[in-house]
Amino acid sequence: MSFWEYLANRHQQLLTDAYQQASLVFQCMLMATAIGVVIGVVTYRSGWAGNLATLGTSAILTVPSLAMIGLLIPLVGLGVPPTVIALTLYGLLPVVRNAIVGLRGVDPTLVDAAKGIGMSSAMRLLRVELPLAWPPILTGIRVSTQMLMGIAAIAAYASGPGLGNEIFRGIASLGSKNALNQVLAGTLGIIVLALLFDAAYVLIGRLTIPRGIRA
Amino acid sequence: MPETETESGGGAHGATIELVNLTKRYPGNPNPAVDNVTMEIKAGETVVFVGPSGCGKSTTLKMINRLIEPSGGRIRIDGEDVTDIDPVKLRRKVGYAIQSSGLFPHMTVAQNIALVPKMIGWPKGRIRDRVEEMLDLVGLDPGEFHGRYPRQLSGGQQQRVGVAQALAADPPVLLMDEPFGAVDPITRDHLQDELIRLQHELHKTIVFVTHDFDEAIKLGDRIAVLRERSHIAQFDTPEAILTNPADDFVSGFVGAGAALKRLNLSRVRDVEITDYPTVTVDDPLQTIFNKLRSSGTNEILLLDQRRRPYKWLRRGDLMRARGSLARAGTLVSDTVTKDATLRDALEAVLTDNTGRVAVTGRRGEYTGVVDMETLLNSVHELLEADRLEALEAQHELEEARAAQTHAEQEGPGGEAKA
Repeated sequence: MSFWEYLANRHQQLLTDAYQQASLVFQCMLMATAIGVVIGVVTYRSGWAGNLATLGTSAILTVPSLAMIGLLIPLVGLGVPPTVIALTLYGLLPVVRNAIVGLRGVDPTLVDAAKGIGMSSAMRLLRVELPLAWPPILTGIRVSTQMLMGIAAIAAYASGPGLGNEIFRGIASLGSKNALNQVLAGTLGIIVLALLFDAAYVLIGRLTIPRGIRA
Repeated sequence: MPETETESGGGAHGATIELVNLTKRYPGNPNPAVDNVTMEIKAGETVVFVGPSGCGKSTTLKMINRLIEPSGGRIRIDGEDVTDIDPVKLRRKVGYAIQSSGLFPHMTVAQNIALVPKMIGWPKGRIRDRVEEMLDLVGLDPGEFHGRYPRQLSGGQQQRVGVAQALAADPPVLLMDEPFGAVDPITRDHLQDELIRLQHELHKTIVFVTHDFDEAIKLGDRIAVLRERSHIAQFDTPEAILTNPADDFVSGFVGAGAALKRLNLSRVRDVEITDYPTVTVDDPLQTIFNKLRSSGTNEILLLDQRRRPYKWLRRGDLMRARGSLARAGTLVSDTVTKDATLRDALEAVLTDNTGRVAVTGRRGEYTGVVDMETLLNSVHELLEADRLEALEAQHELEEARAAQTHAEQEGPGGEAKA
């Protein structure tokens, strides 16, 4: 069976897997963004807190993904929960680091000006600091998404959803006639999804970054 | 904030500002950055803080809207003690304009200007009208600039929008921290003229910080020359500071050419404009000859059809040009209006080889001349008057100081005796 025939035969299964992978990454990314931006906002003002946040999140990233999921299974069981927790944790670093860098990079005279015209500190954060730090934060989210797209394949190890199932099935049956096709379909599917997400981020950037600060 | 709501119909006029023993200490530094500043700024007055870098002028300004919290002393605006009120509320009543970067780059010009009115809860329609009004006020076409982003504006335009933003909610007080420091000299000159015009209309209380003494002279009703730790070396009108600097520090800061700078403060309308024999190009040659002969002056002024100064005609010029008006005489190189400064007038007199300059009205028509002699006499009179005034002010200041020193030396013991 050629690769194309394989695709035609299994497209139902492949599309379901791809949809689940995309949905998984999207939801984990939402959580990672929310948590990451909050961590950034809470820690950027103090030197050591910001460094601690960056250090902590990068420490998470050094844990091998297979080990992380393996460690989570005894705690939360198989399936979706360990996958979501692992992916969200992995997604934090780029968001946290860029949020801190972005917020610290806001011109202090602008913050002073915002204070000077009578903005409260909450208003300053929402109307001035976060919008100005948004481009780097969005870049962080984008990097994070690419990373998660790859790591999500490991989810299949914990019986999680996604295209990883194809890859694992292929690897498990190496030597059989469809093994290569399965691995290829899974891998290429992930690459295509990653490119689609990236295109979506370009669009989101155009829609959410005000023209005044667009590069 | 009902106070600001009620007074915006005809524009809120200035409020008094009183600083009483205002002090700022930073931890770890035995010397205060600002030491015991006491001054009273009248409603509708423009006061300029001028002094060398690091003298604490900016710190003093920022204590007025409490961007820097004072370590001691009181601030009163319009009689109300604002030292302990919510700083956010205070700042919404006090306009604040800083060097170019005061605009938010992610907001359009209109959004930037609308910020403060929005914060104090103006209705949408009123904000929209106000934005247009403010753009008009600072000389930018609302239709064109409304939707632009700050980076699409020149430095001068950004500064105008900055002033519009600071004035949008019609605050009685406007604080300006070296607002024109980052623009080129020509634009700065324009912006200064605009600010003077605005202040004529609005009568805000403006506190303006600069290190440029010429800017201080141009803008200030009164100038506070500050030395290190914001000690007031002299607080007086520009005229008085120029003619009678309180000490070496002030005269050093005033720099050379104080008398020339003084010329910037008076206008041609303040001096005597004399009449001068004129003829027009439509007059018959015979009339012109007769006028020349009977005038008793070396030359007469030839006006064009619309009575604008055209040429200086000397005796003999017409002879040499064989009676042709087109070829005779020398063109008038420069004229001044009644609003020109005496410095401009002097410049014109010096460059014109007749030793006088024609004064023109609004449409360029001739109204009289100013000559070297008039200029000299007027300047002498001005300087003399300034000197007397300054001496008087100096005397008062010394008396006040003596009283203060006396009180300080007596201390609490003095009170016990009393």
